[in-house]
This record gives sequence, C-alpha cells and structure tokens, in this order.
Amino acid sequence: MTGNGRPMTRYIRHAAAFCALLLIALLVNATRIQLVQARSYDENPANRRHTIARYGQPRGDILVGGRPVTGSKDSGQQFRYERTYRNGPLYAPVTGFSSQVYGTNLLEGAEDDVLAGTDPLLSPLPLWNDFTRSRNPGGHVVTTLDPAAQEAAFAGLGDRRGAVAALEPSTGRILALVSTPSYDPEELSGTDSAVARAWTRLNQAANKPMLNRAVRQTYPPGSTFKVVTAAAALDAGVVEDVDEPTKSRDPYRLPGSSVRLTNEVEGCADASLRYAFTWSCNTVFAKLGVDVGVAGMRAGAAGFGFNERQLRIPFRVSPSTFDTRVDQAQLALSSIGQYNTRATPLQMAMVAGAVANNGSVRTPHLVERTTTDDGHTVSATGQRTLRQAMSPATTVQLRELMTDVVERGTGKNAAIPGATVGGKSGTAQHGIHNSGTPYAWFISWAKADDAMEPAVAVAVVVEDAEADRGDISGGGDAAPIARDVMRAVLTP
Amino acid sequence: MDCFACYVPDMLSPGTTAQADPPAPVVPLPRRRGIEFTLIVLAVLLSVYGYCDVGVARTGSVPPGAVGYGAGLGVLALLAHLAVRVRAPYADPLLLPIGVLLNGLGLVLIYRLDLETPDDPAAPTQLVWSTLGMGLFIAVVVLLRDHRVLQRYTYVSVVSALVLLVLPIFFPSVNGARIWVRVAGFSIQPGEFAKVLLAVFFAGYLAANRNALAYTGRRIWRLQLPTGRVLGPILAIWLLSVGVLVLERDLGTSLLFFGLFVVLLYVATGRTGWIAVGLLLAACGAVAVGWLEPHVHSRVEDWLHPFASIEAGLGPNQLAQSLFSFAAGGMLGTGLGLGHSVLIGFAAKSDFILATAGEELGLAGLSAIFLLYGLLVERGYRASLALRDPFGRLLAIGLASIVALQVFVIAGGVTGLIPLTGMAMPFLAQGGSSVVTNWIIVALLMRLSDSARDRSGTGAATAAATATATATATAEGIEGGGKP
Repeated sequence: MTGNGRPMTRYIRHAAAFCALLLIALLVNATRIQLVQARSYDENPANRRHTIARYGQPRGDILVGGRPVTGSKDSGQQFRYERTYRNGPLYAPVTGFSSQVYGTNLLEGAEDDVLAGTDPLLSPLPLWNDFTRSRNPGGHVVTTLDPAAQEAAFAGLGDRRGAVAALEPSTGRILALVSTPSYDPEELSGTDSAVARAWTRLNQAANKPMLNRAVRQTYPPGSTFKVVTAAAALDAGVVEDVDEPTKSRDPYRLPGSSVRLTNEVEGCADASLRYAFTWSCNTVFAKLGVDVGVAGMRAGAAGFGFNERQLRIPFRVSPSTFDTRVDQAQLALSSIGQYNTRATPLQMAMVAGAVANNGSVRTPHLVERTTTDDGHTVSATGQRTLRQAMSPATTVQLRELMTDVVERGTGKNAAIPGATVGGKSGTAQHGIHNSGTPYAWFISWAKADDAMEPAVAVAVVVEDAEADRGDISGGGDAAPIARDVMRAVLTP
Repeated sequence: MDCFACYVPDMLSPGTTAQADPPAPVVPLPRRRGIEFTLIVLAVLLSVYGYCDVGVARTGSVPPGAVGYGAGLGVLALLAHLAVRVRAPYADPLLLPIGVLLNGLGLVLIYRLDLETPDDPAAPTQLVWSTLGMGLFIAVVVLLRDHRVLQRYTYVSVVSALVLLVLPIFFPSVNGARIWVRVAGFSIQPGEFAKVLLAVFFAGYLAANRNALAYTGRRIWRLQLPTGRVLGPILAIWLLSVGVLVLERDLGTSLLFFGLFVVLLYVATGRTGWIAVGLLLAACGAVAVGWLEPHVHSRVEDWLHPFASIEAGLGPNQLAQSLFSFAAGGMLGTGLGLGHSVLIGFAAKSDFILATAGEELGLAGLSAIFLLYGLLVERGYRASLALRDPFGRLLAIGLASIVALQVFVIAGGVTGLIPLTGMAMPFLAQGGSSVVTNWIIVALLMRLSDSARDRSGTGAATAAATATATATATAEGIEGGGKP
C-alpha cells in the first residue's frame, strides 16, 4: 500500500541509525588521535609544544662560588624565557650556550634535564608531574669552580689563544676551565635574526671562539709529557736513582733510523734523570722511553688517563692519546710528547694532579651537586679514584724533580713565595716539518707551606706564544699564568 | 525521565498511522519546563565556570567580564525560556539547554583564543551575533505558531535559497572560498541561511511528492531505481546546488546539501534505489571535483598525507597542527587556557575551534561535546517520530540531519577522518551567520517538538491528521503540489 501507510517511521529509524554511525565514527577517530597515536604526534619533531614548554619557565641557574653566572629573561615571545649570562666569555667553556635555535652544549647540555626542570628527581613524588601535567621549576647546578682561579686564568691568557685547566688533586674538583678566545653565549639566546648571524660568525671565525680548548682540543704535550715518561721509567725500574747517569748519548740517534735527536740545552749527554728533567733533555727521555718499551709506556700513560675514551665531567672530554702501534723511533718521539702523543689541557692537569696526590688520579668533575629550585640537593658528585698512576715511592721522587724545575730549572716563573711549587714546562712543535708556531706548555702543582697536601694542579697551554724556540717559551709564556692561577687558589 | 516514556510507546510503534491514532486524548502531557529551566541554569553556570577558568589559568584572576558575560548569557537564556513557556509549552526540554551550553562553550573557547591574538578579538562580535541568534530564536518561537505554515513557502524557499547561494559569486573571494557577502562592514555567509531554506523546500517538496517518487522504475537485483520522470527535478536541484558551490569552492556545504537531500529522499520514499543513485552521483561528483579542482585536490592530498609538508621541510600544515593539538590533549586535556592550539594559526577560532576543545578539554571533553550534538540530533529525530504530518516529520529530520552532517563533515575534517572542508562547528565556531542559523534550527525544532506533544486539541497534532491526508491526496493528484 502507498499513501499514508508508507511506514516512514522505519526509514526515520534507519536515518537515525546512520547519524549514530557518524557519531560513533567521530568518537572512534577522536580516540585514535588523542590516545592511540597521541605519542607519535607528540614526538613529531615539527610539533613545537615540547619546545614551548621547555622555554615556558625560567631555566635553572649555573652557580660559581655560590653566585649564579646565568639568568633568564622574559622575552614575551613564543619561546618565552631566554638565557642570559653574567661574564659570558669568562664562563663560556663551562656553561656552554642554551639557544632556542641551536640547542645546548657543555654544562647547559649535560645538565639540561635539571636546568629545564624535566629531571624526574626534581619531582616531589614519583609520577607526580605526569599526573598533574605540570613541570618543576628548573633546578640549579653548583659547580666546583673557584671564581678567583678562573678569572686569573682568563686574565693571564688575555688576547692570546690558549687554555687553562686547574683542579684540586685530592678530589678531582675542577677549579678553573678557561679557553681563549672566548665568546658570549648570550648572543645565541633567542630566536631573532641576530642569533643566526652570531652563530654563523662564531662558527666561521678563524680563531674558533666556540672551541673549548681546555677539554675538546688535543695538543702535542711536548716536554710536559716527560713527567709521564719519568714516572714510567721509575716505576719500571729502568731508572733506580734519579742522580745516576742514564747512559744516554747526545745527539741521540733514533733506533732504526738515521735521524738524530738533539737538545736545546747543554750537558745532556749521559745526564742524570734529575738534570735531564730540570733542563728538559730530549735525548735522555727518548732513550728512557725506548728502554721502558711500548707496553710499559702504554701502561704508564694509561695510568694518568691517556687513551680513556669515556671521560665526562659531566660533558664529554676529548680523549688524550698515546699511540701504541709504533716502532722504536716513533716510541722515542712519543716519549717526549711528540709524534702521535696528544693531550687536552685537562689531561695534563690530571698528570700534575697525580704527582701532587700520591700518584692517584681522581676523576675530574665540574659539578659539585645539583639542587632543586629551593636549594634541596638532588644529587651530589662523590669523589672517585680513577686510577693509580704510579707507586707512592715514584711520586715522592717526581715531586722532587718537579720542585727542582721551579726552583732552578725552566719553571722559575712559576714560583710562589710561601708555597712549594712543582712544575714542568714544555714547548710542543707541530705542523708540517714542525713549521707551526710552537705551543707553550706549563703544568704544575702548588702546596702552601702551612698545608698538608697540594691544593691545586694546573695545566696551561698558549698556542701563539712568542716563539722563542726551546723550553724557555713554556716557562716564559705559560708559567706566569700557571703561577697566577695557583696563587689565586692558595690565597684564601 | 519517566515522563519521556509515558508518551513514547503509542507514538513510536512501527506501522502507526494517522488513522490508527486514538481519538484525541484530553489528558495533557507533562510540559517539563522545570527540567528545562534547571538545565539552562546548569548550562549557564558551566559556561561561566569555563570563562573564569580561562582567566584564572592565564592571569591568575577571574576575568573582569565574568559577571557581565554570565548575566548576558543568563538573561538571554531566560528570555528564550520564557518565550518557550508561553508559546511552546510542550516543546522538548533538552534542545534549548544544549543550545545554550554549546553557544556558551563556544564563547569561552573564542575568548580563550582571543588571549593569543590580542589585536583581533572575536568574542565580543560573537556575543552580539549570539544575542541576535537567541533573539531570532525567541522571534521564531513566538511568531511561528504552526510549522505547517512553512509548507506554503516551499518554492519561495528554494528560490531564496538559490539566490542566497549565488549571491557571494558577485563578491570577492576570501581565503580561497567565495562564500562571503560583505555589507557595511559585516561579513555574512548566505550559504548558512540557505541550509534552513533548502531543508524547508526539501521537506515540502518531498512531503507532496513522496508517493510519486516512490514509484519504481526498473529493478536491478534488490535495488529499485526511480523512474526518469521524477529523477529530473532532483537532478536539476543537485546540479544547481553542487554547481554553485563548486564555483564558490565550498565543498563542505555542497556535501552537506547533498547528504541532506539523500537522507530526506530516503526517509520520504524508503527506496534504497535513491541511496544507490545518490551515492553514485556523490561519488562521481567527488571524484570529478577532487581531480579537476586544484583547491579541493590539495585538501584530499593533505588528508591522505597530513605530514607531507613536514617531510618536505615546509613545517606542519594546518591539519598536522590540528592533529598535534588533539594529541596534546590526551584523555583529560591540558585545561582551559593552557594549550597551544593557536599554533594552527589562521581559522583557529572558526573551522579549527574543535582542536582547542580537544587539546584543552581532552578526549573526555571532546566526547562530551560530540554527545551533546548527538543528543541534539536525537531530540530532532524523536520529534520527527512523534509528529504525524509528513512535512513536519521531514522538516525535523532535515534540520536534525543538517546538524549531524555539519558536525561530521567539520569534526571529521579537523581530526583527519575525511578530507578537510571549511565549515563552522555549529554554535562553537566563530561566525555570525552560523550561530544565527543554528538558533533558528533549534527554534524550529522546538516548534516541531511542541507540535508533536501538544494534544490539547488546539495545537498542530490533531490538525496533522487532516493535513497529512490532504497533502497526500494533493500529492497524488497534482504533481509538485504541496499546498494543504
């Protein structure tokens, strides 16, 4: 039947069912994107929510000597809080930068979780923030730096290229970490076009201001490596008395080669270890290295931290190297800190520190502890012994040798009244046929006369020293900087 | 809820016909205006709470306009309620509170997005349009005593609808779509009003011709295809509306009109053949438009590969940002005022308003909004079931289906279910024409539901039987009639 009898009700119900189907499709799809696929959408790199949240609150501070060297300012932009730095160039090798555009590095990068407030340890309760969808205020990072030492090192380097690393031998606390030329990391904060220009300029600059020379640049350590060779020779029993002649020739013909090694100073033929160390005889140490052998030299160098690839302070430190696949001639050169021997300034400070700390190397660290925004400790760095570099007996002899260098050898410039100072200078040649301007090195430690233990060990490298060839430039250019840094630490 | 059940059984049993009705019962049904009042108060309080919540989340203090906002919305809702009490006492008690809640929530979301774009505040304008919309609601409820009057204007409606659809062609296009008319600083989307007029036309035309249309021509398997004679006018309307809309590049509205037409045709005739023809036409239209029209083609590409622009290094497009927004909301949302849906950029307050709801209210809030729309549609269908004149029934279905289809098209678009087509989320989205139209739709549904339940003898229900008979007789006699 047609007419009024057509059961429209039934079709209305069908249409209603169709509408219900549409509603269900919407609900199912909403569940899909809001729950099932939400994580992948959240983690899409083009999703700016994480970045917005990250910069939505002031970043925690990095503290030096109890005072923040960083800050945050409200820019009112989408990425709201921008990083500021107090004394940016001075602390740049420690803080690194925190940029809205270019990310973070050094401490800003290594301690980012704490500074940005995402570290779960900052939460009052586990999973609390997941539940409340809130974010902790950024925590603070308390460094081990001694501001006086840092300033002394920075002032000492001045406008020369170079780096200084200083640490406390008995703990491994890093007291100064300076690299010049430096830059102001605040230039990289924010999102405007000036940031991009600064980034390009800093990266293209010939003198590499963003390179952290103290931990990320390795140099041939030159004569400062003789501390390592001497320790290996004493430990291995190659030298039993530092005042005995070493039966070495001058000039010294490299084994298996016709190259003759000479010295910058007189009196090195058959010299004692004491004389050779004080006046830095290349011939003596080349011979001693060969006498100790590859295995002994490798073990000796590794004891100080060479060839260690995992060191973090907490940011990564470039590994210092002592090549072990060498022939005798190469071993001879390696033993006087040339050939493939390379070290960061921090590594050489660890060498000086080991001598000052009875032969044991403490793990160097830059962060004393991290705290919540209101000062409660989140984590603290404990003191750890990295390695025993040499026997305590050898240490006593090396201390004596290093003290001699400062008292009457090439390191007189490092002497400090009222303190015992031990040091070793170095001039490292580099470049093709050693054509580059030699690097001036000085490594040392200092003990105040009224103290039980040395309070500071330091390594200084100056890249563009006034090239007066010979150890004189290590003692002349680098030693005064080391002295100033050590004095800054010793002076309360 | 017992009062719902009390009238349902005799009205909803399948096969009930006008003649089979019991002779005019005199016991009046409950009016349920108290329920409506309570729900309206809750809806207003909820909206004010949302408004305050935005302020507290953003600035830490209750926004200064909270009292004015609450009072404004409350007074408007109360006036509407009073109008209903006087002129449509038997109307469905859920329709008005749902409208108030969605409108209030929309204002909260727009106010919240205004905080991100201080130079371009949209909430005050939207409040003015909402006031106008609720004013028109009152006007419709007060002035339109019997919905069957509208059936007289079947052909006036279609002509006005077509004029309104064609009008924007003579105005410059805005953001790729020619759907705006700018008069004296006001932007109006005539297509929005055309929806209601087309619903009236379809209901009127189909109520008059449904039996003629139900004659089947050829039968293929189980599909009963309509005869060519009645296919003509329908094809003409389809071509006209779709043609006009493709010219205006407003695919969403085109889809809505067509879906509306197919639903009404099916309900009026019960012929699955119409569905087949409709789907075939829709498929042809969609493929042709998607292939030939670059604007639409790019929308389809975006839908298939929402992250293509990210992979190409151009950053996320609007749809990708919208998906990020929904995902950021998760189950419970970030809380009002704390999301970043503003990253969507252009149209965050209009087409993409749902993303803000999804991010800040979460899946929980979004589902609640979907269910509110679902309830609104359901009340429309319920009124249709209870009505006895075909025009009223079809009109109720048409109006409810407009809401359902519109919600599906835009919500499905911004959540990546279907290709994105620009449309306004009913009541929520910024857009004056849209909010006014939706209030008219709710007002008409109020009138229809009132007619459905008013058994006092003076209302539409008793007259409906006669009207139905007349309309049917006319339809059988005169092709394209429809004057009762």
